[in-house]
Amino acid sequence: MLEVRDLTRRFGGLLAVSGVSLSVASGEIVALIGPNGAGKTTLFAMISGFVTPDTGTVRFEGRDITGMAPHEICRLGLARTFQIAQPFGRLSVRENIAVGAHLRIADRQDALRRAEAVARQLGMERLLDQPAAALTVAGRKRLEVARALATGPRLLLLDEVMAGLNPTELAEIVPVLRAIRDAGVTILLIEHVMQAVVSLAERVYVLNQGRMIAEGPPAQIATTSAVVEAYLGQGAAQRLGGRAVAGAVP
Amino acid sequence: MRMALVIAAACAVALPLVVTSDFWLGFCITVMLSTLMGAAWNVLGGYGGQVSFGHAAYFGAGAYTAALLGMKLGVNACVALALAGAAAGLVGLLTGYLSFRYGLRGSYFALVTLAFAEVLRILAGAVDWSGGGVGLYVPLHVGAANLQFASKAGYYYVALALGAGALLVGWAIQRSRLGAWLVAIRENEDAARALGVHTFACKLKAITISAALTGLGGAFYADYYLYIDPGIAFGPGVSVEILLAPIIGGLGTVWGPFVGAIALQGAGELGRRLLGDAPGLSLVFYGVLLVVMVKFRPDGLIGLFGRFARQRPAHA
Repeated sequence: MLEVRDLTRRFGGLLAVSGVSLSVASGEIVALIGPNGAGKTTLFAMISGFVTPDTGTVRFEGRDITGMAPHEICRLGLARTFQIAQPFGRLSVRENIAVGAHLRIADRQDALRRAEAVARQLGMERLLDQPAAALTVAGRKRLEVARALATGPRLLLLDEVMAGLNPTELAEIVPVLRAIRDAGVTILLIEHVMQAVVSLAERVYVLNQGRMIAEGPPAQIATTSAVVEAYLGQGAAQRLGGRAVAGAVP
Repeated sequence: MRMALVIAAACAVALPLVVTSDFWLGFCITVMLSTLMGAAWNVLGGYGGQVSFGHAAYFGAGAYTAALLGMKLGVNACVALALAGAAAGLVGLLTGYLSFRYGLRGSYFALVTLAFAEVLRILAGAVDWSGGGVGLYVPLHVGAANLQFASKAGYYYVALALGAGALLVGWAIQRSRLGAWLVAIRENEDAARALGVHTFACKLKAITISAALTGLGGAFYADYYLYIDPGIAFGPGVSVEILLAPIIGGLGTVWGPFVGAIALQGAGELGRRLLGDAPGLSLVFYGVLLVVMVKFRPDGLIGLFGRFARQRPAHA
């Protein structure tokens, strides 16, 4: 469904993303993890058209979308959320979601009705008339997902929609995301909350300093020494010795 | 709500039967003209959040188009009015393309619109066929077809139709997809793009509609006051007066431009009575008004009504 090949992007002297490839198959939930500054958000920005890659290609459902404008990519069925929620602050939750719904629905009333349906899907029906600016962090993150979902995507890019949520909120959103996938929307998510990654994702990619250093099922990734070192520093895997690895091997 | 609208419309139509003094009819005409152009500005600035300081460019384009078509080519005034709107819309499309194509936002957009208007002002003063700095005296040929009337009541009805029409356009935009997208652009342009909004196309539509309506105002001005010159048509004072009505009344609301026009023209008239009509005094007055409104009532006067309307159920 999504094929990213050798994407590279340089910001001045900083090589933000270097020769990164990844693929997502239809119906999957794939996670993209990595320490801060690894280039995850830049990679998302390139896939969704907000940043043009220096080299490399992005193909969505077989079509080359490299360098297309964000609204065109969204129209093709690939929607993204922002790491820092970007609500339309003075609009209500209903109106916020309707902006997304309008992509496929011209009529205002129909779009508002569609917004209500999407809000119910995300458990936000009680918040419909609240101004978006009044939402909590958890509410804003959910609104990001709702708006993107309202555009009727086949692939959703979720940028840290679980960061900053408390355990209760986390427990609520995980099944919501799974239900979205079960309804036929493929999901690629950036996430730091490993508990969520392990319970949601079928495959995990690990990005570090702009390069893809590992790929595999979550349980396997957690024991890969390159990944442990990316997070804890060089030699950490060895110092922790057999323990981390042994603990994970049944 | 519908009942109130019907009553308001009936009052507006019957007004010249009650108000017969030229002064007050003239005041009502000014209010409707201000409503027309305020509502026009509101499409781009209120809903779309693209604050223009140069709507005089479109006002002047409409005024000069109407005057020149009538004087040089003998075009019927009603046709000239329509063509003036079209010409101003075209100027809007062109200036919008140049500004938005290069991603100008916020104060940069405001400044470039101001520059466009100034360029047109200087051009209009430099070229002979537009009357140069002397301006144009529109000949008076009283007759409904020429949109020139012996009494102010006739002008009032034309102004009323234009003002009400502009409010109607605002109302239609507010309940349309274009309106929803414009508001999304105003609130957060990047988020709008991520949701599939073609922001460039939306802004171009908004500025074209806005400019065309403003051009109608310019054409009416020429037919009503029978004289235009580069300063009157393209001067910064016009731009400021146009943007004041929606800001005072309430940005991004249907009735804001109308409420703002009444308040602005009423206060302006009062100021002239009290302080005399010294040159430039009105601009000082506008400046003070703008600062006060933005500081204390950013929602505009409409926000006042909204607040009372919301509080009422709580007290009951």
